[in-house]
Amino acid sequence: MSLESVLIVGAAIFAIGLYGVLSKRSAITVLMSLELMFNAVNITAVAFSRYAAPSGMDTGADALARLLLTGQVFAIFIITVAAAEVALGVAIVIAIYRSRQTAFVTDANQMRH
Amino acid sequence: MTSHDIYLLSPELATAGLAGLLLLVDLVIRRKGWLAPAAVLGLAAPLAFTILLWLDLDAGRSLASDGILSESFVVDRFSLFFKFLLIGSAAVVMLMSGGYARQVQRFESAFYALALFSTSGMMLLASSVELVTIYVSLELTALPIAALAAFLADGRSSESGLKFLILSGISSALLLYGMVLVYGFTGATVLSEVGARIVDIGLDDGLPFGSYALLFGVVLIIAGFGFKITAFPFQMWAPDVYEGAPTSITAFLSVASKAAGFAVIMRVFYVAFPIEALAIEWSAIFAALAALSMTVGNLVAIAQSNIKRMLAYSTIAHAGYLMVGLAAAAVRVETPQADVGPSGSLFYLGGYAVTNLAAFAAVVAVSRRTGTDELGSFAGLGRRAPLLAAALAFAMVSLTGAPPTVGFMAKIYIFGAAVNAGLAWLAIVGVLNSVVSAYYYLRVVRVMVLSAPRDETPIRPPLPVGLALFITTAGVLAFGVYPAPLIQFARAAVSVLL
Repeated sequence: MSLESVLIVGAAIFAIGLYGVLSKRSAITVLMSLELMFNAVNITAVAFSRYAAPSGMDTGADALARLLLTGQVFAIFIITVAAAEVALGVAIVIAIYRSRQTAFVTDANQMRH
Repeated sequence: MTSHDIYLLSPELATAGLAGLLLLVDLVIRRKGWLAPAAVLGLAAPLAFTILLWLDLDAGRSLASDGILSESFVVDRFSLFFKFLLIGSAAVVMLMSGGYARQVQRFESAFYALALFSTSGMMLLASSVELVTIYVSLELTALPIAALAAFLADGRSSESGLKFLILSGISSALLLYGMVLVYGFTGATVLSEVGARIVDIGLDDGLPFGSYALLFGVVLIIAGFGFKITAFPFQMWAPDVYEGAPTSITAFLSVASKAAGFAVIMRVFYVAFPIEALAIEWSAIFAALAALSMTVGNLVAIAQSNIKRMLAYSTIAHAGYLMVGLAAAAVRVETPQADVGPSGSLFYLGGYAVTNLAAFAAVVAVSRRTGTDELGSFAGLGRRAPLLAAALAFAMVSLTGAPPTVGFMAKIYIFGAAVNAGLAWLAIVGVLNSVVSAYYYLRVVRVMVLSAPRDETPIRPPLPVGLALFITTAGVLAFGVYPAPLIQFARAAVSVLL
C-alpha cells in the first residue's frame, strides 16, 4: 500500500462523513457521520506518521521515532475527545426526545430564521 | 512534571480546581446560596497566579518550561493578556448567571463548574503552541459550552445545545484535517517547528500558498477557527445557538470564546505560517473575510426583532472588525509601527468584551423580569428603569463606535492600523458598516425612550446582575475616556509575536 492510496481512502471517508452531517435528518445519524469525519482524520494522521518523512527532513532514528509517535498520539487524542463529544451529543438528543418525541434535526426548528 | 511546570500551569489548574471543588463541596452542603459568590470570588486564585506570572516576566525571570511542557505550552505576555481578559469575562458572566443556574435546582453547581472548565480550556488555548494541545484545549472549551447551552433542558435550550455541538464538531473535524495535512507536509506539530520547516522546505512560487498541502491545510484551519469566532461564511450557527442558550452563556460565547479563538488564530498564523513566507496570502484571506463578516452581520442584524438574535449578528460584524487587525498585521514589514495591527485586535477585543458584557447584562436584567427577549419588551424601559436603560444605551453607543466610549477608540485604532498597512479600502468598508450598524443599535435606544411601556412596574435588577452591569459600564466609559493603559497592555502583549 502506498501513502497515496491511504490518503485517498481517508479523504473519501471524510467526504462521506461531511455529506452525512449536512444531509441526514436523524440526529443520531448526524453524530455517526461526525464520527466518520474524525476517523478519516485518524487514518490520515496515522498514514502520515507511518509512511511520510517529509522531503529534506533529518531522517535519524530519533527524528523518525518522534514523527511516528506524533501522528499516532494525535489519533489517540482524537479518538478520546470524539468519544466525549458523542456522549454529550447523545445526552442532548435524549433531552430533545423527551421534550418533543423526535430525534430529527429537521424538527428542531423552534427558532426563527 | 516539575514544580516549575505546575507553577506555569497554575492559572489553569486553579480554575479547573475551583470547578472540581464547587462540585465536591456541593455534595456536602445542602444550602446553595454560597455557590455563586464562591464561584466568582474563587476566581481570585487564578487571577492572583496570573498576576504573579506577569510580575515574573516584568522582573525578567525565565518562564520557559524545563519539563514536559516545553514544546506544547508557553507563558508569555500574549497569553497572560488573554488570561486576564478570560478570567474577567468569566467572573462577570457568573455574576449574571444566578437566575439561570437556579432554574435547574439540582445542578446549580454543575452550571458554574462547566463554565469554569470551559474557562480553563480557553486559558490553555491562549498558551498552546502545539497542534494536538490546541485541539484538546479547543474541545475543552467547546464541550462544556454545549452542555451549558442545553442546560435549561427546555426545547429551545436543547436545540441550541445540539446545534452548537454538531457545528462545533464539524468545525473541529475540518480543523483537524487541516492540522493533519500541515503535519504531513512538515512532519511537525509544534508551531515554531512547523514555521521553520516551511521555510526549510521552500515554497513553489507557481502554486497558491506554495504547495497544495499547505493550501488545503491553511484553508481548512481557517474554516475550523472561523466557526469559533463566527466569521463569515462559518457564522450560520450563531443566531440559533445565541437565541436558545441561557443569556449569560450567550454572553460567554460571544466574548470569552471569541477572545480565545482570536488568541489561537493569531498564535498559529504568526508562528506556524511565518510572515516572511506566507504573509500576503493570509492577509488577503483575512481582509476578504473581514469585509464579508462585517457586511453580512450588519445587514442581517437590521431585520431582527429579537435582541439576542440581533446581538448575535452584531457579534458576527464585530468578528469582521477584529479581523481587520489581523489583515493589517501581515504588512508590518513596510511600516514603522510594526505592532498596530495585532495590538489593535487585542485592544478591540478588550473594548468589545466590556461593551458586549454590559449589553448582555442589561438584557439579562430585563428578560429575567419580562420572560422574553423580544425588542418590544424593552419599550419604555427609560421610564421603568432609567439607570438600566442608560447603561444599555451606552453599550449600544459603544457597539456603534461613537465617542466617548471604548468602542469608538477601538475602531479608530483598528481602522488606523488598516490604513497604515495600505488597506484603506478595508477601513472605508469598516466605517460604512459602522454607519449601517448605528441604525439597528440606536433603534434599541429609540424603543427604550420613545415607545410606551406595556406595563409601568419598575424593574430592579438583582444585585449581582447590577454589579456586573456597573463594572462593565464603568469599563466602557473609563477606557473610552482614557484608553492608554489598555493600549499599552495590548502592545506589551503582542510584542512577543513580532
